[in-house]
Amino acid sequence: MKLLKLVPDNTNIKFLKLRVPFFVLSLVLIIGSWAAVAVNGLNFGVDFAGGQEVRMTFQQRQTAPIASLRELVGGLGYGDPVVQEFGAPNQVSIRVALPEGVEDQSGAADAIGDKVIATIKAEYPDARRDGNDTVSGKVAGEFRDQAILALLAAMAAVSLYIWIRFEWQFGVGAMFALVHDVSVTVGLFALTQMEFSLQIVAAILAIIGYSLNDTIVVYDRIRENLKKYRKMPMGELLDLSVNETLARTVMTSLTLFIALIPLLIFGPPSLFGMVAAITVGLFIGTYSSVYMAGPLLIWMGVTSNSFVPTESAVDRQEKIARGEV
Amino acid sequence: MLDFPLWKKLSLWATTLAASLLALPSLFNVAGLDWPASLPNPQVNLGLDLAGGSHLLLEAKAGDVRAQRLTNMEETVRQLMRNAKPRIRIGDVSTAGGELSFMLESAADIDRARGLIEPTMQGQTTVREWELKVVDGQRMVLSQTDAGVNQAIDDAMDSATEVVRRRIDELGTREPTIIRQGDTRIVVQVPGLQDPEALKNLLGQTAQLEFKLVDLNALPSNVQAGIAPAGSEIFPFAPGTPEQGSFIAVRRLGGIRGDNLTGAQAGVDPQSNQSVVNIAFDAQGGAKFAKLTTENVGKPFAIILDGQVLSAPNINEPIQGGRAQISGSFTPESSNQLAIALRSGALPVPLAIVEERTVGPDLGADSIRKGLLAMGIGSLAVIALMIATYGRFGVYATVALVFNVLMLLGLMAAGGFTLTLPGIAGFVITIGAAVDANVLINERIREERARGRKVIAAVETGYKEASRAIWDANLTNVISGVALFAFGSGPVKGFAVVLIIGIMTSVFTGVTLTRMFVAGWLRKARPNDINI
Repeated sequence: MKLLKLVPDNTNIKFLKLRVPFFVLSLVLIIGSWAAVAVNGLNFGVDFAGGQEVRMTFQQRQTAPIASLRELVGGLGYGDPVVQEFGAPNQVSIRVALPEGVEDQSGAADAIGDKVIATIKAEYPDARRDGNDTVSGKVAGEFRDQAILALLAAMAAVSLYIWIRFEWQFGVGAMFALVHDVSVTVGLFALTQMEFSLQIVAAILAIIGYSLNDTIVVYDRIRENLKKYRKMPMGELLDLSVNETLARTVMTSLTLFIALIPLLIFGPPSLFGMVAAITVGLFIGTYSSVYMAGPLLIWMGVTSNSFVPTESAVDRQEKIARGEV
Repeated sequence: MLDFPLWKKLSLWATTLAASLLALPSLFNVAGLDWPASLPNPQVNLGLDLAGGSHLLLEAKAGDVRAQRLTNMEETVRQLMRNAKPRIRIGDVSTAGGELSFMLESAADIDRARGLIEPTMQGQTTVREWELKVVDGQRMVLSQTDAGVNQAIDDAMDSATEVVRRRIDELGTREPTIIRQGDTRIVVQVPGLQDPEALKNLLGQTAQLEFKLVDLNALPSNVQAGIAPAGSEIFPFAPGTPEQGSFIAVRRLGGIRGDNLTGAQAGVDPQSNQSVVNIAFDAQGGAKFAKLTTENVGKPFAIILDGQVLSAPNINEPIQGGRAQISGSFTPESSNQLAIALRSGALPVPLAIVEERTVGPDLGADSIRKGLLAMGIGSLAVIALMIATYGRFGVYATVALVFNVLMLLGLMAAGGFTLTLPGIAGFVITIGAAVDANVLINERIREERARGRKVIAAVETGYKEASRAIWDANLTNVISGVALFAFGSGPVKGFAVVLIIGIMTSVFTGVTLTRMFVAGWLRKARPNDINI
């Protein structure tokens, strides 16, 4: 049986030749992402914004009457509600902000949720209540802080790990690739205004772990080749390493991708945002492992000597051992 | 490297099969089949987002505890001074600014007063709970120490957790989880709850019951304006009562509290046919209640729950024997809730619901079905790709993948971990990422063959050289998984659990198990070439 080969043997793509344009592109993407966050802001879900969120399904309709709902709920006097499709076209989530001080009164937030549901049911008797979430402003603030903390801690910890296992340049390279992946994913959420929730942060953390897989495999091969081909110029060596691991990179990204696609299409609607974030992150992560993690090493001056102690260092170690220093 | 002695093979198979068997009860259950009751039944817990139910986060405010302590201290001081012989007269009592301060009428009493108060300032522990200072020779100021307040919050939360547990148990819901979290919070999770409203109403009540005499001398216009006569205080009527919106003045002293209750039952008053709550006092409480009612026949007294007046009936005759009836516009449900709240005792501090997540049961079942479907299709696609790309080695990876999923589910069931909606996404990622190790190994074997190594040497090198990258990659994944677990709550934590356990099982099945398969085949077939 002839086996499938996604990447032909002896591929030799000159990735490094395009390192400057791609690096500029990445920088533009990062800056653009933060600009998008600054300009558009993120469409925080109830987890991070606080408030009362009610989810409903319109059983007799193909699509939910979103404009009418906005007007209906807006008329209740809790400010402008956030009404958005949630999973299927006939499912919506409606979020209203909690008035100041409501958190201190037991049952007051519920009363608001009940009123929203009752108002909608009066107008649309086929509306079914699927659930509701209440998050106080204080708890939402804590979730925001914890999410930022978790992202920073994870990025710092894995970069530190790479630094210890490899060299500091590799740690910085990995960190930069991660900042790139996380920024672009967050930027995409700012641009599309898809709901940004705790699940999305979980997805980003999963991306951090996964994107690093690719980077590590490339780095591991670079290290191996640095020892093997002492004389090879760095650019050539990086290209060789990326090409050698390309079949693997394509294959693992592809297996995860084809596992995720059915989840996007057939999976539970409430997972869509999270799975979409992971899918997008998968591509961004693969790109950054190939085009950012490697070239950065050249600019930080990694050479074939990086893993061999230099002559003077050896001498110094010996001197220390003899007690001469 | 490719050497697998019998004992090693046996123990690997034993581990794999044992962990996989643990998944069986969960699989039966998901498929809607009955698992024989005679067998042990460790099923994977379904999170509330899959099973339906309510998650509540309750929070007490430290300020409430401070205020409560201050009120208690005020009462203690008044009592001590009144009972002192001869009585110590005090005035200008104030609790402003979180401090209790009062004047002694005679400066000569200062040492006696200090002697009486000092012993109450030290709690049961070694913590100094209050500071006492004397200003201008005649004014005493008691301020709360942080240590004392923290101690009080800690105690209050412990007993509040207990009260919450008793109340929820009384509702008869199955397998609720009630855990104290942090300094001032309690997490309540009730799966499959049909009526979250009843639960929330119940938890919102502090159930502090008081009986106080109505101040008949108070001017009605002053009362409605919120001005209380000396020695009285003003309470609003509870929502739902006929007098809702108006206020009543009651005497501050001489009332009794519902602390000595021994029972509370919802019932119906045979005469009025209205829902009521029948309560019973212990001997001490019964005696106090009898004394109060005997001395005040013909006068009204107010029944006050959590600072709101339920009703203010006239005392028609002395109530002896420690049994009484609380009326006040109840529905059968609300009288039952009050009875439960009274039976389980008063919450030492009011709890506010700061986070609530409720999922209807239909949605959860739907999510599981869709999640399983997606998982099935995804697995088949991954398997097809692996076999098409790596042939026999792809088949081994597939077998390992199946065991990986079973082991992951089995370990989650055995470890008592919870499967959540994001956890399903975690399963799919694990399926997609589990073959990662095999891809690395197989690609490496391909390379080594291409460089001209012999079959066995190529396979050995493949496993050896790939394992370094596999190890690094998975460890960093675990690191981000741990960050996720540490910050996440509920469903997100469930995702982290699946990721972390999935990484461990996938390294085991993807590396160790496939190596055993490959080694067994190589030994038997001794091929000169491999199709990879």
